[in-house]
Amino acid sequence: MDWGTLQGVLGGVNKYSTSIGKIWLTVLFIFRIMILVVAAERVWGDEQNDFVCNTLQPGCRNVCYDHFFPISHIRLWALQLIFVSTPALLVAMHVAYKRHERKRRFRNGEKIDLEELKNEKIHIRGPLWWTYASSIFFRIVFEAVFMYVFYYMYDGYQMPRLVKCSDWPCPNVVDCFVSRPTEKTTFTIFMLAVSGICMVLNLAELCYLVIKACMKDPRKTT
Amino acid sequence: MNWAGLYTVLSGVNRHSTAIGRIWLSVIFIFRIMVLVVAAESVWGDEKSAFTCNTQQPGCNSVCYDHFFPISHIRLWALQLILVTTPALLVAMHVAYQQHQEKKLLVLTGHADAKHMEEVKKHKMRISGSLWWTYVCSVVFRLLFEAVFMYIFYMLYPGYQMMRLVKCEAYPCPNTVDCFISRPTEKTIFTVFMLVTSSICIVLNMAELVYLVVRACARRSHHSSNPSSGKSSFYGHKHSSEYKQNEINQLLTEQDGSLKDMLRRNSGLQEKGDRCSAC
Repeated sequence: MDWGTLQGVLGGVNKYSTSIGKIWLTVLFIFRIMILVVAAERVWGDEQNDFVCNTLQPGCRNVCYDHFFPISHIRLWALQLIFVSTPALLVAMHVAYKRHERKRRFRNGEKIDLEELKNEKIHIRGPLWWTYASSIFFRIVFEAVFMYVFYYMYDGYQMPRLVKCSDWPCPNVVDCFVSRPTEKTTFTIFMLAVSGICMVLNLAELCYLVIKACMKDPRKTT
Repeated sequence: MNWAGLYTVLSGVNRHSTAIGRIWLSVIFIFRIMVLVVAAESVWGDEKSAFTCNTQQPGCNSVCYDHFFPISHIRLWALQLILVTTPALLVAMHVAYQQHQEKKLLVLTGHADAKHMEEVKKHKMRISGSLWWTYVCSVVFRLLFEAVFMYIFYMLYPGYQMMRLVKCEAYPCPNTVDCFISRPTEKTIFTVFMLVTSSICIVLNMAELVYLVVRACARRSHHSSNPSSGKSSFYGHKHSSEYKQNEINQLLTEQDGSLKDMLRRNSGLQEKGDRCSAC
């Protein structure tokens, strides 16, 4: 089970999304997951091995690394991407449930065209609208939470070149050097920017849904 | 065979599961297996190479690592996930057996055309009769395995927290030696995450068990209070066991002795019919 399988699972959800939702999914897969896998993982690959401290004291390096990097950027991004893409499965489950209900009504004798049932385009209205809107809301919440967690854990989005560490067993204040800080800062800002774009797309999609729902109501009443 | 292969095998089971069962399967694959593969494995990747002891004594490093980590978290989680997902295969096997029996019945009643055979393969099995018991057993085993592994984790790594420092005095370490574990905070975060998802899965399994029991009781009370309507709906359902039993009885009286022998040899159908008449 890896990113490829997740893509397979979420690709099916694409069918029931709005156009903005489809753009969002493409941005997620190409500019975030793919960048994470082909580029970012290599940059952070040697993060602990090449974290060098100016001491020979055994254990000082481990302790200092753990103090300054409680959870690696790569893992945080992986968790963020998993959490952000999962609300789409709520929509998939709801659509599957709707289809199942229609099939049941068909079996109980109601006249429904089988062909229409198979190729039917699911319209986002009624309870499905609420499920879809909730999934977008959760996506926005998860994006925001993770952006805040990043900011809080790493005091901004910049990777320092040098950190000063005085945890036991380090004898005094020891200089420790982070490997590839500029490249890491570049990728952090890139992922942050794409995360921001995804949030904007989600907000736009939410507005679009709300406006579409409001526009439909006056038509119903007239 | 890797996690993707397991995913393919278990996706087939998904069709015959309850709604809660499908949610459980999604949680297992997305929040446990996927997190294990894309994140946790790289956290524990350098656990031995970055395990540093404050000594130059050869062998002390290896001995201390082995003393404090008899089996790595990653391997334990892999075993847990395999054992927890495998009971679902009991259900898959039972469904395959039922489908095989239905196909045989179609052949005997002369409806063995491609369309009917395809329908047997595609239609969703009702979780009733012996399949209900198989399904319930698989859920019970899942719960058992989850609980056992959570207990094993607790026994091996008390408190679910990864320490930064361990003190080791196993031979050949000269005295009590300080050993430092790599990335303890990140490991603690992932241990807690996997623990939480494991608990969510336990809750989902219990909910599924309760749902199955309540549904079975409701069905039984509905049938005992309305026996006639119950039977008519049963006969209306093409693949009900009473319907099958009737078909078999018809065949036994109409066909010749060789056919009777064939049916008696495949006594599974008859036994099932007897059992279900007691439901």
